[in-house]
Amino acid sequence: MSELVIKNLQVSIDDNEILKGVNLTVKQGEIHALMGPNGTGKSTLAYTLMGHPHYKVTAGEVWFKEENILEMKPDERARKGIFLAFQYPVAIPGVTVANFLRTAMNARRKAQNPEDKGIPLPEFRKLLKEKMDILQMDHVFAGRYLNDGFSGGEKKRAEILQMATLEPEIAILDETDSGLDIDALRIVAEGVNTLTGPDMGVLIITHYQRLLNYIKPDFVHVMYNGLIVESGGPELALKLEDQGYDWIREKYDSVPVG
Amino acid sequence: MPGKPKVVVSKTRRTRVIERDFAFTNSDVPIAKNKSLASYRAQAWEAFKRLPIPKTTEEPWRRTDLRKLPVESFVLPAEGAYKDLAPVPKDLLKPLIADQHGGQIVFMPGGVKVELEDSISKQGVIFTDLETAQEKHPDLLSRILGEVVKPEEGKFAALAGALAHNGLLLYVPKGVQIEQPLHSVYWGPGAFAHISHILVLVDEGASITYVHESASPTEPDSSTMHVGIVEIKVEAGANLKFVELQSWGKHVWNFSHERARLGRDANLDWIFGAIGSRLTKNFSELDLAGQGSNGRMSGFYFTDGNQHLDHDTQQNHFAPNTTSDLLFKGALKGKSRSVWQGMIYVAPGAQKTDGYQANRNLILDEQARADSIPGLEILADDVRCTHGATIGNLEEEPLFYLKSRGIPQEEAERLVVEGFFDPIMQRIPFEGVRARFQSAILEKMLK
Repeated sequence: MSELVIKNLQVSIDDNEILKGVNLTVKQGEIHALMGPNGTGKSTLAYTLMGHPHYKVTAGEVWFKEENILEMKPDERARKGIFLAFQYPVAIPGVTVANFLRTAMNARRKAQNPEDKGIPLPEFRKLLKEKMDILQMDHVFAGRYLNDGFSGGEKKRAEILQMATLEPEIAILDETDSGLDIDALRIVAEGVNTLTGPDMGVLIITHYQRLLNYIKPDFVHVMYNGLIVESGGPELALKLEDQGYDWIREKYDSVPVG
Repeated sequence: MPGKPKVVVSKTRRTRVIERDFAFTNSDVPIAKNKSLASYRAQAWEAFKRLPIPKTTEEPWRRTDLRKLPVESFVLPAEGAYKDLAPVPKDLLKPLIADQHGGQIVFMPGGVKVELEDSISKQGVIFTDLETAQEKHPDLLSRILGEVVKPEEGKFAALAGALAHNGLLLYVPKGVQIEQPLHSVYWGPGAFAHISHILVLVDEGASITYVHESASPTEPDSSTMHVGIVEIKVEAGANLKFVELQSWGKHVWNFSHERARLGRDANLDWIFGAIGSRLTKNFSELDLAGQGSNGRMSGFYFTDGNQHLDHDTQQNHFAPNTTSDLLFKGALKGKSRSVWQGMIYVAPGAQKTDGYQANRNLILDEQARADSIPGLEILADDVRCTHGATIGNLEEEPLFYLKSRGIPQEEAERLVVEGFFDPIMQRIPFEGVRARFQSAILEKMLK
């Protein structure tokens, strides 16, 4: 059973301190929701875990499978089993979804076995079709350029398709619900539910509670001002839906507003 | 008076004005039995002697400096010179299109080998070297030789016209449709001036695919040059697919003047691939001379090290209802440099024409540089002409995205570069040509 252990993580962007000592443990098989108002550092946490070069870690450790992943390159972290579904997936013109996914799968296989010749094409095609069916995606999707001209819903579905294909042990979903209409949201959520299980730990980052109507978290955390200030069960998300974030602000604002 | 004033003069810059020139002599001009070829060569020789080596003060040469061209050191290969040089790599002789080609001509320093399937020659197709053509097909030769590219157009056109020791004639008779592609290869090892002259005449209603490749090993200290002329006529209602690939060694100076003239309703699909040479200056022109003719030019280049590739293209709409579509895409590594300057010209009266040109560059290293100069000259009023030029870098966000999926940096870069070239690949309907480009990308990326 592997787990992602975040210890006292402090992160800056351009000398602005964003994360001020985050502690969080996500185990395989658990679903965690990380909520909070905009601008409190949720996406910073996601990008930092994946190793984006703009985020500077000033203190702390992130342990996963006996290694501090903060010392690893983004691609090494990914091959070790960490996945980030982007809030704003990036278009790669000229590279098809299929070509991209096959390259990613082969990079993983090659890291495990340098002699590996790559996944055979028929096997890959079969796998990709199965995964696309889970997400109710037209098979022509595989031949389109990655995220290039995709609608908001298509981009998010493409992220989940990648997660389905790459089968990570820890998946971080950064605002996967943003920009989705209710039908797209349901499809994406159902996809995530099909994929979660004892082998995958999930950290869902969201501003709104609505995604949690479809994906039931085991734990809910609230981030505020660069810290996780509240943790609890699903009832915490419901409280936030009822009462909003004002009570969080009142409770944790060190400098009173006004 | 012994020369005190002379000494002073020689120290000033003024004496440097003495023009450098090639060491070729009149005896280097190949002897032609055919009268029109002989007079063409004589005329070209006159032009060659008269024209100076281009300088950067001339507009087409502004970005391509020939001062380091070791003009005096180039020699022509003697008969049979290839016998002592690296043999043609087998890969180069493989058909790039379909399973087999209908014919193949292999040029080597001081030699040529010609093959043509009986089934194709029986239909009247001629695919032969220039020496054979002048003896056996003088009438066809006079329909195209010097008709499309004039030796007077420049120093290198004149040089090629006068001295081409390797050349070919491809002729497809009226209405003949050939499925199997024809293939020619110029294999140019050794310290030589390789001079070529390619003549393609596709007669009315005929159709064919033709691939020409130039290649040589890299021999760093050799003075090697290629100078070529390509003359193409696609007559009324005819179709030509023409693919040119150059992978000259990194020491080779490469110059060419190429032009295709299209008759009424003729179609040309012209594909360029350039990965080799130390320096290339290529003039490629599309003359849409017949009403309703249609030409597409697709270019691919990838430079590294100190390479300098300069492509000068011109799309001339001389007749109404003509269309042209040019897309050149290039990636640059190291300290390499590319120049693309393109012009769409629409003649008075050439109404209802549609011209497009675009040049896209991807800079992979800080010290690489791409110059992109599109141009329009439109003298008709009912036309649609558009152009675009871009120069971009490898961006961090796409690379991070790819890496976040487990793809290592180098491979992520390769993927982005391949994606960049994909629109060009989509224009190439030949798997073998695409595979050649793709392996070139891979090789350049891994360096």
